[in-house]
Order: sequence, then structure tokens, then C-alpha cells
Amino acid sequence: MAKIIGGIGTSHVPAIGGAIAKGAQDTPYWKPFFDGYGPAREWLEEAQPDVAVVLYNDHGLNFFLDCMPTFAVGAADRYENADEGWGLPVQRPFKGDAEFSWSLIESLVAEEFDIATCQKMMVDHAFVVPTQLLWPDGPKLRFVPISINTVQQPLPTPARCWALGEAVGRAVRSIGDDNTKVVILGTGGLSHQLDGTRAGFINKPFDKLCLEQLVEEPRCLTHYSIRELMELAGAQGVELLMWLAMRAAVGGQARLVHSHYHVPISNTAGGLMVIEPVDLEGFECADWIETYHPMM
Amino acid sequence: MSVDLHNLETPVFDGRAARRGYPINAMCYSFNSLANRERFKADEEAYFDAFGLDAEQRDAVRRRDVTGMIQVGASPYYLLKLANLLGMDVQDVGAQQTGMTRDQFVARLQAVAEA
Repeated sequence: MAKIIGGIGTSHVPAIGGAIAKGAQDTPYWKPFFDGYGPAREWLEEAQPDVAVVLYNDHGLNFFLDCMPTFAVGAADRYENADEGWGLPVQRPFKGDAEFSWSLIESLVAEEFDIATCQKMMVDHAFVVPTQLLWPDGPKLRFVPISINTVQQPLPTPARCWALGEAVGRAVRSIGDDNTKVVILGTGGLSHQLDGTRAGFINKPFDKLCLEQLVEEPRCLTHYSIRELMELAGAQGVELLMWLAMRAAVGGQARLVHSHYHVPISNTAGGLMVIEPVDLEGFECADWIETYHPMM
Repeated sequence: MSVDLHNLETPVFDGRAARRGYPINAMCYSFNSLANRERFKADEEAYFDAFGLDAEQRDAVRRRDVTGMIQVGASPYYLLKLANLLGMDVQDVGAQQTGMTRDQFVARLQAVAEA
């Protein structure tokens, strides 16, 4: 069976891709942001996942208002990036794993998630920028993209995205008979707002609360309505939905490996979180102390 | 909650906005193609015709009025493709909607960091 080795939440702001294209990572503006990614890269280097399931939101590259799926799952062996109209260089195609995708899809539909399935699916900056941040030399693993609609309301509720994430977690853990190692990515946020007279809104206390709660008490965050999330995190801060789904897929207890928070990147609060599941099965008291109280 | 469907502070892009805004958003979506961006730059009015923008939508685009575009149904995500074509980034878009200069808007973002 495949094993979920951890989860990563990260911002995906297009300007990050712009900074990478310009080689501006070490400039005073960008350095404090990019510096946060070192420990995440090291963790990935150590963990060597085979597959990444990426929960992200399309911003008008693959999907338009003519047909807007609430949840769409990629089912291809290859995913292309393309021109999004704002000058980011197009990245090389990403390796998929159609067989893995179809196993995931079968399981999700069996659990009554009425997803759209995509044998062709272009992936936009929300998928691409996190891969650039996490694998700066180019990713070698295989990908399964899952797009969640955050463009057109009504959006799926936080509780529904949590349930989707849980189902993704169960599905992944039931796939295959080998020891495929899977990392779950949730991209977007943290707080930001692009439109309206409240444009530029950032809510640091709420972001910090989310970064804590996502590890310890993530279900608390599923009780918000979309409107409440818009109020607290800004209109586009609802991208927290992808982090919630990621956390749910990781499941159970989680241990924080690394987190980083930097304001502002462009109009957005930049967030990063790396977590590992805590396997409670056969968990001995000594392990517990090791995990939670390493200083004892 | 101060958020509602027609709130200027935090607009909600719902089904009503998506119906009203379909032509302007279809135009924005077309800007994923370089050839289409060139066509727009060469002749904006012909491009409005091709996508069937209504009078208010054309007017808002002609005036480079971001708030106006949103009020006639532009999605903030898709709008940014047009804004980029017009030489505006997200700070320019934010500054215009909040009635600030770009420098003031950027300074306010920075102030959040230091708060």
C-alpha cells in the first residue's frame, strides 16, 4: 500500500515565479521569503517521495466559466503548464501517473465524491510555483493534480474540502501493493485580497492561528463558512481550503516539521508548513515522549 | 458578518456576477494567448465586439477602471490577465481600488509586516 509520508502547505503567488525567473531570490525583498524553504527542501531530499498529490486552485488556465468543476482530478501521464497571460516563463511538463490517478478516482467516486476527471489538464502557477519552490532543480517525482474551485461561488465549504482530503488520504493508503511514498501538497493563501476597497487586506493573527490549528486542531477551521473565511482571511484567502484538504489527507495526529511565515509577498501573506503524520498504531509510550517531548 | 453579495469592500463573484460578467471574463481568459493579446492591443474596439462586451463593460475597460470592471462582473482572478496587458500589476490594481497611490498601497502592505 502507498504511504503518506507528509504534507506541505505553501503559498503560490505568481510574483514568486516572477522572482525566480529574474533570479531575484537573494534580493532584500525576496530573501526572507525564499530562506524559509530550505528546511522543506531538505525534508523532501531526505524523504524522497515517489508521488505528489497537489491540491490547488486553477486561476483561468485550464478551466473557465463555461464549465467549472468544483473538484477536478488529473488522470494523465503528463501535465503541461502554459502561458497564463502575465509573463511567467512556461515550465517544462510534469510527469503524471495515470494508473495512480485512476485508483484514486475510483476510490473517491466510491466514497460518493462526484469529481470531474481530466485526461488533459494544464496546470497553472498554483501548481507550478510550489514545485519551483520545493524542487528548485526540477521535480523528479510523479504528480496527481486536484483542482478545487475558488473562482466562482458557491465554493465548496471548508468542511467539504476537509472531507475530500480525508477521502484522498484513505484512497492513497489503499493504492497498490508496493511502498509508494506520497506527499500531499496544499497550495494557496495565506491571507490576501485582490478586489474591492479592502484590497491589500492581510490578517496576521488569523494566519498565525491557522498555522497552529492546522497542526493541532485542524477541524476547528472547518466550522467557518466561506463568507466568514473571506472576512477573516480576505476574499482570496479562502485558498486556505487547499491547506485544509491537505491536512485532512495527512490525517490523525501530525507533527510539525517546519513552518515559515513572511509578509508581504506581493499583496499576500506568504506561508509554508511541513508536517508528518504521527502513526499511533503500535505507538509506545517511549515513542510518544520522543515525539512530543524530545527534551525529556 | 459584513460580507454580502454586493459589498464593495469584498465583492463576491457568484452566479449572478458570472452571468453578468461572462463576456468580459471570456475576453480576459483569451489573453492566455499571445496572439490574442496582440489582437487586443492592435484594436480594442474590434476585440470588444468579438467577445460581445456590453456598453458598461466596454466603458469600464476603456477607462482602465478596475472597480468598474468588477461591478460589471469581472472576476478578480481573470481580470489580472487584462490588467497585466494594460501594464498594471496587483499593486496597481489594489492602489486604484483603494484610492491610494501605488507607493501608499505598497507602504501599507509593508506596515502590516511591521505591525
